[in-house]
Amino acid sequence: MSLTVDADRGFVDQIRRIGEDVAAVHADAVDHDARFPHEAVAALREAGALSAFVPVALGGAGVSIGAMARAGYELGRRCSSTAMIFAMHQIQVATIARHLEGEWFRSYLRRVAAEQRLIASVTSEVGTGGDMGRSIAPVTPDGDGFALEKQAPTVSYGAHADDLFTTARRSPQSEQVDQALVLHHAEQTELLPTGTWDTIGMRGTCSPGFTVRAHFGFDQILPAPFATVMNETHVPLSHILWSHVWLGIAAEAFERGRAFVRASARRNPGAPVPAAHSLSRVMSELTMMRAEVESALADYVAFNDDPERPDLATLTSVLRFNNLKLAASEQAPRVCMGVLEVIGIAAYKNDSPYGVGRQLRDALSARLMVANERIHSVDAGLLMIAKEV
Amino acid sequence: MAFGYDSEIRTVLRDHARLPVDVETLGDDADLFAAGMSSHASVNVMLALEDAFDIEFPDAMLKRSSFESISAIGAILSELRAAA
Repeated sequence: MSLTVDADRGFVDQIRRIGEDVAAVHADAVDHDARFPHEAVAALREAGALSAFVPVALGGAGVSIGAMARAGYELGRRCSSTAMIFAMHQIQVATIARHLEGEWFRSYLRRVAAEQRLIASVTSEVGTGGDMGRSIAPVTPDGDGFALEKQAPTVSYGAHADDLFTTARRSPQSEQVDQALVLHHAEQTELLPTGTWDTIGMRGTCSPGFTVRAHFGFDQILPAPFATVMNETHVPLSHILWSHVWLGIAAEAFERGRAFVRASARRNPGAPVPAAHSLSRVMSELTMMRAEVESALADYVAFNDDPERPDLATLTSVLRFNNLKLAASEQAPRVCMGVLEVIGIAAYKNDSPYGVGRQLRDALSARLMVANERIHSVDAGLLMIAKEV
Repeated sequence: MAFGYDSEIRTVLRDHARLPVDVETLGDDADLFAAGMSSHASVNVMLALEDAFDIEFPDAMLKRSSFESISAIGAILSELRAAA
């Protein structure tokens, strides 16, 4: 037990240092130029962080979900784009590691550890209205293997990934809800850009639309049923890791507010600092966000105590982690806005040490990453049937 | 084997599951989700079953596997009826 705790602590410390020494240094340039955070991702690779979730037996670090979430928070404090790329990659690794079947995927995880391969995800599709639980493009037989061609409205860091994890209809005869997950290598993939990525925030995630064409072997289709993967891992873990990144962004904005207030207090010792009063209100908002993010993580960890994970299969669990996503994504920009008002014009300036423009712009992406309106409409149905919410 | 609730379950599915196929063409063990029942439709099926059988599914039963086939639905209905 203590070995795990030590490994976790070492991991989080290491990621925090990468955040401070590398990600933070390039964060403004990444944002300004809407470019991939090469330096931070290289540092994560060098630290072996891309295989942190791979089990020790397969060459990874086997860190806990809690440590992974904390690492996402630490990166979120310094560079939202790096943090979100880190989080999305870890979700793909966790999906494979937690639903591991078959020699192909076992040896693939060994490669992730040895080569520090970066995995992008291709889950959204033009025409599904943002519903990840449906796919239009099918897996089709192709020569001695299989192929797919999918219209993806956004693929984060797709052009920078070593591998892509793509949802598709299981076969041309399958219904849209009968999905498979396919892991295909970049060299098996053609990415034809269908748009640009000049956005107001999360600019370094480089997430334009693509037509994705891939050829792959049967072994590269994850054997585990997609519905199980989605309920037990993909959706709840995405919401947990994303929320920790957003909490990091909000906490960073808050810290800038605090630095501003402290500087004001030092200038006039003893004089009242009206901004401190407003900042105290923002602190309440941040505290509420932190409470929801941390309690959701605790629930998820508890739901994983039983190896069969029966609690994660329930609709109540879907509601629980949807609520996390809704609350955290709405609260993060609220905190950033609050800080903007506490600081005033110095927070509105891009070249000020108290600027929170980047944090605010990045935090606004949260409500669109799986649109909150779509989640509300799912929850509206579940509310009718769930008993304890 | 749907524990004798077969025809009532099929009626609920026909009215609420929005299956692209006729429910009569499906066997008791056919996967309803693979047959095209969406998560959204499955919630309506759950509500209609509660109404038709005058029962309430506890949260622990509200999961995909409980509703994935006619026989799975029959099994949870008979479990609830036995407990009542």
